[in-house]
Amino acid sequence: MEQQVSYTLDSTLETVDHAEESATRIATELGFAEDEVMQISMAVREGAVNAVLHGNKYAPDKKVTLAFERTPEDLVITIRDQGPGIDLSGIPNPLAPENLLKTSGRGIFLMRSFMDAVEIRPSQSGTEVKLIKHVRGSSAGNKERS
Amino acid sequence: MSMKLSTRTVDGVTIVDCSGRITLGEGSVTLRDTVRDLLAKGNKKIILNLGDVNYIDSSGIGELVSAFTTTKNQGGELKLLHLTKKVHDLLQITKLYTVFDVKDDEAAAVKGFK
Repeated sequence: MEQQVSYTLDSTLETVDHAEESATRIATELGFAEDEVMQISMAVREGAVNAVLHGNKYAPDKKVTLAFERTPEDLVITIRDQGPGIDLSGIPNPLAPENLLKTSGRGIFLMRSFMDAVEIRPSQSGTEVKLIKHVRGSSAGNKERS
Repeated sequence: MSMKLSTRTVDGVTIVDCSGRITLGEGSVTLRDTVRDLLAKGNKKIILNLGDVNYIDSSGIGELVSAFTTTKNQGGELKLLHLTKKVHDLLQITKLYTVFDVKDDEAAAVKGFK
């Protein structure tokens, strides 16, 4: 992977699959372990679902931007939508007993579970989600030196 | 690989053998339709065999929850069978593992219905 790659994608289910496949490929190329690749691809999938479904609401005129950046310490994945901006105060805790049997609301929780850091920045012109996975010792670091 | 389902009956219990991915879109809809169809036909003892499900996302988890609660609300019972490690781990971190009735042995699962 180049230091940075980015894609501008339609607000469709195909975009969700594309985002997941790109994440799997790039994380694998960077030398992350198999379980980490799975975690990264799942987190990206959840971020893309939120962008397409909850942010852009499948609107054909709204795009999703997906960017992968390799820094010396991290793989940083940024997903932006063009929706109204997520209300962070309105996100319930999916682990609370009263929410356990809800059929939705676990996407951000899974992103936070699988990544080392998740930054969510809502604005009136859309939501930006940054997913950060640290590059650890012998895996991705070796690839960088080769 | 998209989701594939097939159903069979053992001692009055419907076993739904699932394979592939339960994710937003086709996979989730297929599972939802199958469970609703079974309940509409009066089949209220259901086992979802997830042994060949290699991927599930938050929408898929939501669909499992929906299948579980819909079945329960209609006086039925739904169990999960043969979780893969990925699905097992996901249900653990979402605290749903203890909510679902999870089994590893098909015969015991069938026998365990009231």
